[in-house]
Amino acid sequence: MKRIYLDYSATTPVKKEILEEMLPYFTEKFGNPSSIHKFGRDAKAKVNEAREKVAKLIGANVNEIYFTAGGTESDNWALKATAYDMRNRNKKNHIITSKIEHHAILHTCEVLEKDGFEVTYLDVDKYGSINLEDLKNSIKENTFMISIMFVNNEIGTIQPVKEIGKIAKENGILFHTDAVQAVGNVHIDVNDLNIDMLSMSSHKIYGPKGVGALFVRKGTRITPFIHGGAQEKQRRAGTENVPSIIGFGKAAEIALENLDMHIDKLTYLREKLKDGIMNNVSHVIYNGHPEKRHPGNVNLCFQFIEGEAMLLSLDIVGVAASSGSACTSGSLDPSHVLMALGLGHEYTNGSLRLTVGDFTTEEDIDYVLEKMPVIIDRLRQMSPLYEQIEGGNN
Amino acid sequence: MYNDKVMDHFMNPRNVGVIENPSGVGEVGNVSCGDIMKIYLLIDDNDVIVDIKFKTFGCGSAIASSSIATVMIKGKTVSEALKLTNKDVLDELGGLPAVKIHCSVLAEQALKAAVLDYANKTGKHYPELDGFEPDDGHDDHGLVQIEF
Repeated sequence: MKRIYLDYSATTPVKKEILEEMLPYFTEKFGNPSSIHKFGRDAKAKVNEAREKVAKLIGANVNEIYFTAGGTESDNWALKATAYDMRNRNKKNHIITSKIEHHAILHTCEVLEKDGFEVTYLDVDKYGSINLEDLKNSIKENTFMISIMFVNNEIGTIQPVKEIGKIAKENGILFHTDAVQAVGNVHIDVNDLNIDMLSMSSHKIYGPKGVGALFVRKGTRITPFIHGGAQEKQRRAGTENVPSIIGFGKAAEIALENLDMHIDKLTYLREKLKDGIMNNVSHVIYNGHPEKRHPGNVNLCFQFIEGEAMLLSLDIVGVAASSGSACTSGSLDPSHVLMALGLGHEYTNGSLRLTVGDFTTEEDIDYVLEKMPVIIDRLRQMSPLYEQIEGGNN
Repeated sequence: MYNDKVMDHFMNPRNVGVIENPSGVGEVGNVSCGDIMKIYLLIDDNDVIVDIKFKTFGCGSAIASSSIATVMIKGKTVSEALKLTNKDVLDELGGLPAVKIHCSVLAEQALKAAVLDYANKTGKHYPELDGFEPDDGHDDHGLVQIEF
């Protein structure tokens, strides 16, 4: 059966040229970068080449990139290491973040709160954007960090990162951003945007899973989070995941080369998908900012039906998507992001996220647009809520 | 995640719809719970449920549980049908993932609500309904706890 993958924000396939770049480093070029011999030196050189490519993608210096095991580790490291260091040295213990962060940030903040730190969770407007006045007003004498995500993973909204960076700089506060969904999908220049720390992940940009990086601006203190050997300038111990780091580097290189084309293509497909659904299905809302959003993200809430039922129905016709409904969360809680937009349960339960990527074709979108109204209508005909509101169609 | 029988009842649900002039109607659940089931009953003079229709708002397992429960109920007398538990529904479906067990209680509760409506209209009394509060519909009362 035809399989159409519209879940690129969950993960991406590894591109062939990226995999090919990685493969020799599993077998004949297997050296440990810490070793003095030729095997080690070759691996080390290649890791640093990857570091340069990752740095270039975000306008950073090669010395400002630390490889980690992924976006979640980068977020944990940036927040926890800085929090304890700031409290110990400066008696500062306040972090400002938002209500729509990824759980890697929110759950880390909860742990820090239990340990006595103060956290302000900023509200967002109906588009999912934070309010800059709220941000300014929440700054206190003991605030040491603002951590606001660059692009939201569910609704795709791009935050006013440059303005946040400016506010942070003016107040002498560190600015960390979880840019896992932004890297490779929007233009990023950490200097222009006044970003001090930035988390990224390889598997969202067609690289392998299990590897990511934290950008730490030169001159910004970061204490180690994983202790052990002297890898990553003694900041992140553990033998480097050499093949994956090389894959990440190649992915970053390709992402930068293709960035404008990638954004144009995804934006075109996103708009076609969004318009096609909005024009052919009633009682549906489009979440996130209409323009300032991830080029490949479509997030919708369909009234009267439930998200998991939509995902199963789509999967049966070969379409892979995701949902923020309570029934798909595993915890039976609806998406905190959709709730923060002020949407009630009647909307959040019917949420559907479709994310397009580099391998999505126009034919894929046509196919989804053909199947979608039929699926929605079938579930609505089964729904007592639809019967009440529409008088049904029995 | 779901077995073939659950998927069959989700994709091809039996007895979906409404009954005009039903003997009883019951609806349980609410939007914040994430599932709602409405049952229509047609009951003959011998107290046999000769027809049953449902509408469900909910996930795949809520729809599949609703469908299979209506198949199990149809043709039974009211008293026989009221013996249906969520465990019967689960067994007939061949099981649901642990996190979805609560969906199976919906049909049992909706049936009780529909029979209560019928009892109120006809003045009949079913001892099986003593203590049943339709508003409790989805509080997982009487839910069979299964160890995993």
